[in-house]
Amino acid sequence: MQFGILVNEGPYTHQASDSAYLFARTAIEKGHSVPRVFFYHDGVNNSTRLATPPQDDRNVSARWSKLAAEHGVDLVVCVAAAQRRGINDDVLAPGFRISGLGQLVEMGIQYDRLVTFGD
Amino acid sequence: MSDMDMEDDGAGVVKKFMFLNRKAPHGTVYALEGLEVVLITAAFDQDVSMVFTDDGVYQLLKGIDSKGIEVKDFSKTYRALEGYDIEKLYVDQASMDARGLTEDDLIVDVTVLSVAEMANLMDEQDVVISF
Repeated sequence: MQFGILVNEGPYTHQASDSAYLFARTAIEKGHSVPRVFFYHDGVNNSTRLATPPQDDRNVSARWSKLAAEHGVDLVVCVAAAQRRGINDDVLAPGFRISGLGQLVEMGIQYDRLVTFGD
Repeated sequence: MSDMDMEDDGAGVVKKFMFLNRKAPHGTVYALEGLEVVLITAAFDQDVSMVFTDDGVYQLLKGIDSKGIEVKDFSKTYRALEGYDIEKLYVDQASMDARGLTEDDLIVDVTVLSVAEMANLMDEQDVVISF
């Protein structure tokens, strides 16, 4: 099955991004595919490469980057939400790209399921 | 899945999208940014329904004035939805009752649904996005 994933909350404050990541990783391990993850609202803050969490904590954005590199997951950050929050191409972690909300709508149209993680 | 295989780019596919609005219009950005997704979905010629439930019913309240909190007032956008062919607006009866609201308190025409009716409507959807 093809899963599209929508992440609506930023890293660390909220568990949404962690849950979305674990869901995506597990779905792929189980033989499903996750062609794209869309980051909206404060979820765009998951895309910055500038975050430096403590060594003994998980690195949320790096984890997404690794998933993208290993499984070709398209990590899309909403441009309007990103601009509001100071996220641009200069700060993007590997594997993330900035695009429009149409990419989110496309997930709903094309994939078997669209799963939302947020408040 | 099989019907999707023929339409890899999704062109021409019309799915039923429901947007579930659960949050008050101000206090958080969900209602404002959620509305952006609704408009884009309509631009993709999809079958759009909007549901207002819990504090989300306050999004449609008449007389909203956000000047005092110095944030953008997007209340008028709900009245413009018709121009985007978004005409399926539903509110949850229990949420209205719990807040002492009736249809007369709202800026647009809506269909009021019971919990059971809402459940049936949700069941008919292909995609439900919740803000």
